[in-house]
Amino acid sequence: MGLEHAFGDTAITTTIDSAINWCRKNSVWPMPLGISCCGIEMMAFAMPRFDVARFGAEVFRFSPRQSDLLLVAGTTTYKMATVVRKIYDQMPDPKWVIAMGACTSSGGMYRTYSVVQGIDQFLPVDIYVAGCPPRPDNLLHALMMLQEKIQRGESRSTPMTVAAEKMEQQRLLQIQGVNY
Amino acid sequence: MLTTVVEKLKSQFPQSILAVKEFRGETTIHLKKEQIVDVCKFLRNDVDCQFNYCSDICGADAYTPENRFEVIYNLYSIPLKQRIRLKVTIDESDMHCPSVTSVWPGAEWPERETYDMFGIIFDGNKDLRRMYMPEEFEYYPLRKDFPLMGIPDSIPLPRK
Repeated sequence: MGLEHAFGDTAITTTIDSAINWCRKNSVWPMPLGISCCGIEMMAFAMPRFDVARFGAEVFRFSPRQSDLLLVAGTTTYKMATVVRKIYDQMPDPKWVIAMGACTSSGGMYRTYSVVQGIDQFLPVDIYVAGCPPRPDNLLHALMMLQEKIQRGESRSTPMTVAAEKMEQQRLLQIQGVNY
Repeated sequence: MLTTVVEKLKSQFPQSILAVKEFRGETTIHLKKEQIVDVCKFLRNDVDCQFNYCSDICGADAYTPENRFEVIYNLYSIPLKQRIRLKVTIDESDMHCPSVTSVWPGAEWPERETYDMFGIIFDGNKDLRRMYMPEEFEYYPLRKDFPLMGIPDSIPLPRK
């Protein structure tokens, strides 16, 4: 670009979106929702051994008003679903959701009347984490994947445009070789 | 076998005891449900019984045409270190059972739980509300005719 040519090595140019997304992805503020045993692994993920601070997401906010990542860590019952949704609705945009563990993603081993068979029935989920419970490493990997997603400017909380939806499908196709 | 306790009960309530069973050292007494409060009061107050701790009350669904439900009382005596189990049958046509909250105030919550899961109504329990299930839920999940995956749309989910 002409500007870069004019400034030489002293400045770089970018789009404002890309700069903002870069900032956002490196300071994700999670709202921890440790509603069962996954919560213990989530705590380990914040502690020094695994140290989520390396990825800039160490500020666990216990107020949805101050956070932009909802970390649902545990079995979500029908009674709790209303609470989870209320917390999500209180979070300011842009916001992301990680469904941690088998129960949260699919009901897991609780194939029963009281447990919601996957929180995606009432929340737009960005990343699903496998495991029962997942190791903290796995959750770190989810956070890194989420950072890539944030850098691309994507969030499930706002409806995707038709073009973005198509791009996402093509990307999934490339990764997994599965036709949706 | 709790010989003293059983003998005393038999002499005190000859009409209300239906059967006494023993399995692996655990004594179970089947009773008529009308006398449950009197029997419990006696078991708590008698010197040789002293069952001062009601450790749990639960229900069971046998799914039979008669005497479908059971209420089971697990009692423990802290001073004498002995346990006893009482059983009462409830017919589907009359889902009422006397409450033992007048004997052990702590029986309130186990009775609520039994009500929530089986729909047995404890007369005399002052706070007989749903415990685990939402207030507006209409079914009783631990009954044998309740499907494991629940009844679709019986508990509303928030909108997406």
